[in-house]
Amino acid sequence: MELVTPSIGLVFWTSLAFICLLILLRKFAWKPILGAIHEREQSIDEALNKAELAKQEMARLTSQNQDLMQQARAERDEILKEAKTLKDSILNEAKKQAQVEGAKLIEKAKIEIENQKKAALAEVKDQVSTLSLEIAERVLRTQLDDKTKQEALVANLLKDVELN
Amino acid sequence: MDCNRVFVSKVKRLTIVFTLLIAFLSIKIDTFAQVDSAVVPVDSAVAESAHAVSGEHGAEANHGKEKFEPTKVIMEHIADSHMWHLWGHTSLPLPVILYTPNGLEVFSSGNFHHGEHDYNGKYNNYRLEEDHIKVVGADGKVDEEASKAVLDFSITKNVAAMFVAILVILIVFISVAGAYKKRAGKAPRGLQSFIEPVVLFVRDDIAKPNIGHKYAKFMPYLLTTFFFILFNNLFGLIPIFPGGANVTGNIALTFVMALGTLIIVNINGNKYYWKHIFRPDVPFWLYPIMIPVELIGIISKPFALMVRLFANITAGHIIVLSLISLIFIFETLAIAPVSVAFVLFMDVLELLVAFLQAFIFTLLTALFIGMAVEEHH
Repeated sequence: MELVTPSIGLVFWTSLAFICLLILLRKFAWKPILGAIHEREQSIDEALNKAELAKQEMARLTSQNQDLMQQARAERDEILKEAKTLKDSILNEAKKQAQVEGAKLIEKAKIEIENQKKAALAEVKDQVSTLSLEIAERVLRTQLDDKTKQEALVANLLKDVELN
Repeated sequence: MDCNRVFVSKVKRLTIVFTLLIAFLSIKIDTFAQVDSAVVPVDSAVAESAHAVSGEHGAEANHGKEKFEPTKVIMEHIADSHMWHLWGHTSLPLPVILYTPNGLEVFSSGNFHHGEHDYNGKYNNYRLEEDHIKVVGADGKVDEEASKAVLDFSITKNVAAMFVAILVILIVFISVAGAYKKRAGKAPRGLQSFIEPVVLFVRDDIAKPNIGHKYAKFMPYLLTTFFFILFNNLFGLIPIFPGGANVTGNIALTFVMALGTLIIVNINGNKYYWKHIFRPDVPFWLYPIMIPVELIGIISKPFALMVRLFANITAGHIIVLSLISLIFIFETLAIAPVSVAFVLFMDVLELLVAFLQAFIFTLLTALFIGMAVEEHH
């Protein structure tokens, strides 16, 4: 069977050619191609890992921001609350002080009024006494022409004085 | 686990292939005898009834007798040749290199004038008989004894076609490698993006699953085997000049490829591989059976590779040529559309087979390497 009998020439040339091809391709083709593919795959892997890390970092930052916001909000609320209490206390203080001050003023005014009243009463008494003395003088002058009348008057006056 | 399953199925398939092969070999001679006796009357009938057989091949083969012998034409195409037929009566003469006991002889095959003339060489007279170079004795007849001593290292059609394929492979892959250097780290483009998936396929689907983590060492061999077979298969499908040779359908080439696998596998076989062959895990008294079986297994695995590639590609060529021959057998153009339609179908199928056989050869090589380097814990 000629078809299934390997001829020596073709075996020789095929071996030679295949070995040469293997050596040439190994050096000039497979090394750079497989190397480049391997490198590219690694760089893609790396990029994906980096992206994953960046994503995690982003998530971390976002949650951190949220925390900060919440904290800030709580702080603000606290500050507002404090301010309100402070305001209330100040207001109360002021009211109290005002009341005390007012009371004091009223007291003073009362004393003053009392004093003034006393002074006015004293003055009125003075004038009344002066006036009554003048009236008395005049009445006396007119009435005390006679002696009896004078005595009666004195007696009357005395009575009055005693009543006072 | 996965590997083991594949292995078991492969062994089963190998057994079936061998059984069929043995069956085929045993019945082949009878069948051929029958076919021959059946064909000869038909051929002579054809010759008598028709003188107007057209077709360059028939004409070329018989020079004026105008008798068409499909078997001869097909076998001429399947076999190797010392000339590269271009068209009509034009052939490209190829260098003849002969190693004779007296020394080397180099001359052009054009000197034979398609086998019509003898060539007087330095040491002997040569004659081209059925595309074999024979030594012509002093009496003008072929000297078979002297012919056996002459070794034919000619650049035949298959060798030349293989060189063309190798040249194309080198150009393609070195330019692709250049593209990788020029566009380092970037996405592939052009030819590079066509080649890269195939390279990745060989790496990720052939080498890695079958060989394991030691795959990198065998990648150059697997890739070279894959693309060498693939390119030669594809060139074989081209009917005109740079292609047309039945390179991967020649037993010599598949023999060399299978021998390469045999050597690679056995050089890299580790102690577990050899233990499996010489001290298999079977009862002691089975050794006389098991060891020869395992030793045959070393040879039979590459042998199956050799026969598979050879038979697939040759069968494809034979079918295509037979379908074309139908036109000349029936001597009518009416059959041509049918022939062409079938040939088209077969060519597409052969395109698939070209990839498939390259893939299977590489896959099985990777599998055998994987079995040889596998570590057992």
